Amino acid sequence: MKKENNWKAWLYLMPAIIFLAVFMVYPLIDVCIYALEENYSFAQGEATGIGLANFRHVLTDPYFVQAVKNTFLIVVITVPVSTGVSLLISLGLSSIKRLQNAFQTIYFLPYVTNTLAVGLVFMILFRRTDYTEGLVNLLLARVGLGGVDFIEGPYWAKMFVMCFYTVWVVMPFKILIMTSALASVNPDYYKAARVDGASSFRIFRKITLPMISSTVFYLIITGFIGAFKAYSDEVALFGTNLNQAGMNTIVGYVYDMLYGSSGGYPSYAAAAALILFAIVFTITYINLTVSRKTVQYV
Amino acid sequence: MRVLLENLTKRFASRSEKGKEITAVNNFNFEIPDGQLVGLLGPSGCGKSTTLNLISGLEAPTEGKIIFGDRDVTNLPPEDRGVGLVFQNYALYPHLTVEENIIFPLQNLKGKKKMTKEAMHAKAMEAAGLVQIERLMGRKPRQLSGGQQQRVAIARALVKIPDVLLLDEPLSNLDARLRLQTREELRRIQRETGVTTIFVTHDQEEAMSISDLIIVMKEGVVHQIGRPQEVYDYPVNLFVAQFLGTPAINVLEGEIRGGKLYIGAEAVLDMPGKPDGQVWVGIRPEGFILDSDGPFTCRMDRVEVMGRDVSVVCTHEKMTGRNLRAIIPSENIADAGKKDVKFRLKPFKVHVFDRESEARL
Repeated sequence: MKKENNWKAWLYLMPAIIFLAVFMVYPLIDVCIYALEENYSFAQGEATGIGLANFRHVLTDPYFVQAVKNTFLIVVITVPVSTGVSLLISLGLSSIKRLQNAFQTIYFLPYVTNTLAVGLVFMILFRRTDYTEGLVNLLLARVGLGGVDFIEGPYWAKMFVMCFYTVWVVMPFKILIMTSALASVNPDYYKAARVDGASSFRIFRKITLPMISSTVFYLIITGFIGAFKAYSDEVALFGTNLNQAGMNTIVGYVYDMLYGSSGGYPSYAAAAALILFAIVFTITYINLTVSRKTVQYV
Repeated sequence: MRVLLENLTKRFASRSEKGKEITAVNNFNFEIPDGQLVGLLGPSGCGKSTTLNLISGLEAPTEGKIIFGDRDVTNLPPEDRGVGLVFQNYALYPHLTVEENIIFPLQNLKGKKKMTKEAMHAKAMEAAGLVQIERLMGRKPRQLSGGQQQRVAIARALVKIPDVLLLDEPLSNLDARLRLQTREELRRIQRETGVTTIFVTHDQEEAMSISDLIIVMKEGVVHQIGRPQEVYDYPVNLFVAQFLGTPAINVLEGEIRGGKLYIGAEAVLDMPGKPDGQVWVGIRPEGFILDSDGPFTCRMDRVEVMGRDVSVVCTHEKMTGRNLRAIIPSENIADAGKKDVKFRLKPFKVHVFDRESEARL
């Protein structure tokens, strides 16, 4: 390209650059400043100094520690489970001929359903009130179990519902992506493998999985990032006072620090947000490093 | 291992018309003797690949039997048949190295046949040696040329020492020069291993040049089986005559009357004993001799120089298709060059077919 035409290129890029500068770069810098300003007051608009006090406060805040613990549990449980189950369902879907489209639609429905509506349904299924045991408890009672309030009861029960819900919500997208990845594998490879005498498990492990590994990896990375940013799903199930429910997440903590009933602390919110960024960045970096050794880009 | 097909038939449900069936392979009955290189030849969509899939076991026949040696393999899955299959696109596993690709079939062996790592490696090297790719063992398929990929595919198909080796359009993905080279290679590998080999092709030259036996098929029906020269010299019908040979055979309208073959008003050849009637006359391009006293007159269009030979392109009112093409030695061309050109015909190169049934008379 000729050099004198460069200004044109910049002109074309301008809208995007302005947009990114205003809504991405400036806030990013601002967050860092907020996080470092000590004892910043909204009312006066000034701080007493610069330092790491906000980070110290956040890291010792029991609510934050609880939020980190919750977030990690959700990530560690839901990402592998949802990816694995989606893979199984996708394999099943791609191996049937009849009703494939119907099943695909059914599996995709949660993706286009409102989170809050789904949360409400889950609440009805799992909640125990003075008037009813809730549907799940009624079913559990059949096998001699039950009597657990999954919404306001013990921590493990709440965490179970939370993870169940998250897996259910994130699966449709994964199934959609994985079925198309499976469909794009050239059937000749399967024929060749059959002639070569490979068992179906070996075909899956040695051929299917490597062939779709880049897709699976993409889903794992986005799954990790999505799960670390979990918040709205928690609200849908447990309401806005997540700290009281003991089910807060890191993003929830950031929100609370800004706008919650105990809010008004942008510095703490900023510090927590930066900590979350550091965590996600680290995990993604590890993911990329591992993938370089295992993922086949073909 | 000899391969015997008995009443082999495969019908598919039609994809375009509901409820209609397409017969891809129609009542095949033939035997391929042990250790032969056989070309399965026919135009696109004639059921060649389906036949190959039936023999390999990737598809189940609607009717009929497939027998390897004395073993009925009709209901056996591919891995129990002892076949090696080379796909048209090679189907090399792209994420595995050449060696891993070749070893793959061995790793699937179970029970008594299970092999140690060293034994598998040795086998793989042996197969690689056969197709001369030992130096490429560590590479991935995408780092190989088309010809190399094909060698790998053949090595993978041969590593288990199959009873029958099947190749689907083995040369169609190679460029012209490589194709010539590779078909010699195929012949050599087949000779060295002695494995009964069946390959599918739509290229008659390819089939003729290396096969011991060619099977000409069209629309699911076998038209002729025989040694290449035999099929070329004695085509059983008009289709086989037209399908074999480049340039293609010249087909003209003719008539047999009183033991003579007439094209138009000219009696071009004596055909004693042939019944009178309307016929198709097939004349191989090499069946013409320039002769100013010859009985067959054509109108000269142009002369195409091919080096050793020249191709005389003529027109004739009884000719089907566009032009009549005669190939004659280039030193004789001085005799031509007029408006009308006269030929004598080599009886051996002239075939007559019934006008209705198109069968050879």
